[in-house]
Amino acid sequence: MNIVVCIKQVPNTNEVKIDPKTGTLIREGVPSIINPDDKAGLEAALRLKDSQGAHVTVLTMGPPQAETALREALAMGADEAVLVTDRAFGGADTWATAHTIAAAVEKLPYDLIITGRQAIDGDTAQVGPQIAENLNIPNISYAEEIKVEGEYVTVKRQFEDRYHILKAKMPCLITALSELNTPRYMTPGGIVDAYQKEIKKITRADLDVADGDIGLKGSPTRVVKTFTKSPKAAGTLVSNLNSQEAADYILEKLKEKFII
Amino acid sequence: MDFKLSAQQEMARTLFRDFAEKEVKPLAQEIDEEERFPTETLEKFRKYKFMGIPYSKEWGGAGCDTLTYEICLEELSKVCATTATMLSAHTSLGTWPILKYGTPEQKEKYVRKLCTGEYLGAFALTEPNAGTDSSAQQTKAVLDGDHYVLNGNKIFITNSGYADTYVIFAMTNKSLGNHGISAFIVEKNFPGFSVGKEEKKMGIRGSSTCELIFENCIVPKENLLGQEGKGFSIAMATLDNGRIGIAAQALGIAEGALDETIKYVKQRKQFGRPLAKFQNTQFEIADMVTKTKAAQLLMYRAAIAEDEKPRYSEEAAMAKLYCASTAMDVTTRCLQLHGGYGYTREYPIERMMRDAKITEIYEGTSEVQKMVISKYAFK
Repeated sequence: MNIVVCIKQVPNTNEVKIDPKTGTLIREGVPSIINPDDKAGLEAALRLKDSQGAHVTVLTMGPPQAETALREALAMGADEAVLVTDRAFGGADTWATAHTIAAAVEKLPYDLIITGRQAIDGDTAQVGPQIAENLNIPNISYAEEIKVEGEYVTVKRQFEDRYHILKAKMPCLITALSELNTPRYMTPGGIVDAYQKEIKKITRADLDVADGDIGLKGSPTRVVKTFTKSPKAAGTLVSNLNSQEAADYILEKLKEKFII
Repeated sequence: MDFKLSAQQEMARTLFRDFAEKEVKPLAQEIDEEERFPTETLEKFRKYKFMGIPYSKEWGGAGCDTLTYEICLEELSKVCATTATMLSAHTSLGTWPILKYGTPEQKEKYVRKLCTGEYLGAFALTEPNAGTDSSAQQTKAVLDGDHYVLNGNKIFITNSGYADTYVIFAMTNKSLGNHGISAFIVEKNFPGFSVGKEEKKMGIRGSSTCELIFENCIVPKENLLGQEGKGFSIAMATLDNGRIGIAAQALGIAEGALDETIKYVKQRKQFGRPLAKFQNTQFEIADMVTKTKAAQLLMYRAAIAEDEKPRYSEEAAMAKLYCASTAMDVTTRCLQLHGGYGYTREYPIERMMRDAKITEIYEGTSEVQKMVISKYAFK
């Protein structure tokens, strides 16, 4: 089984500062890590490798320094690493990123693609499902458990108030939640090996994708303005009311605040 | 001259720091209080392949350089010196001499198991009457056909009771003095070998420190390590190597104490402002940070020398001397900045101060390091 795990190198903080003028992230001085959901996806792939054998390829799109994230993944036990990098890919939104990554994944053998649910620096949760759409394969998002049997994968999907158990025929794509597992540590010897391995580079010229679907030009998203959300006070939980009482309570509160 | 770690060394540091914070720090206070050997941490060292960090993959090691291994001890010691003692005694003292002086058969039989963590290693030189004067060995080994018979006892042996193999020193020919000492690999199950009483120590209290007893202990002839009479030079070379590990440990203790203290003085208020706003605190911290950084450079220099030079006794002795005295000085001053709270066990600083003291004593006292350094200075 060939598993491709897509990861993203992100700044190690949930409170990313944004340059108010350009609307882009300020990355300077912030140490980089593998995005937590992606790391859980990698761990899930490595567990499948341990339990039933698999070739795990880790892939990222990013600047040359994203190589560190790939080496970390190799040091955890991934077999191979691919860096998708080119100035032409810069400034990509989720649409352009997904087009680029899907075109890169097409160059690799794959039965299963695992991505994280979302990256802590953007929180869109779009790239994983968009890659699946571009590759025209099934997608199961928000995976909390993954089982592979023969050609099928069974996933426990987290939903707002319940779980869904979904089964799909491979090839398919799964987006992983950090709740899926606790990722393993690298090993000291794994780090030594990781730095001896060659990282495969994929550039613009290697990909069969339209110019209009990559980089800044291929990104329909425009950031108009960004701002820091002001913190809200904790909500009030009112229980033990029947439906009539609950409706009355809500109406009263809305009137109190002059909303109605 | 390059003062930067490689990307690979930086990644290793990230791993060691992460491991120390998540797996080691939460146990530090408990194993000190209970004087309990952290077997669960030993299991994790095995699982994550920390047991042969600086040794070649050929023997089951990780294939890292010496500096990476010392950084591991440094990071562990920032949060728990006991844990570093266990790993350092196993790696530098229990494994190194067999790898360096062992026959191919001995390496196959022991080094592989030590590096993969199947075995825990230990080293036994010190005796009740042979401390700094380690040449005054009273343990005797007499060749009897296909085996040696060992009699005597060793004290203050790290990892004792938990170790599977011990590198032991004993007199095979008393009339030759130093040159009559030989080294042996003793397995824990050899007949006539037993572990005696456990010491109650001031610091590194989770580390196991016991007496070893040899009563007509039968050691197969093939377990002689190196040649007969070469034991003392094997012991000294092993200690040169081990000393850098103690320097790394001492350095880590100082750094850990500073981390705790900088956090504390920012938050603790007296006379209406944080301690960090007082010039005394600022000067103390500045002085200690500078000293600790200097200690780090000496330790790193010694670790690099070990990989690059045939002899590195001088670098190792300087690193150990300076790192140990820095650890003692820094932990004492950090405790002072904590005031009364620092004297309580609610804060880790008193443990760090107790742990620091041993680094001026074991694997050669500070006075022994000065003997080594002055020998080179007068050369």
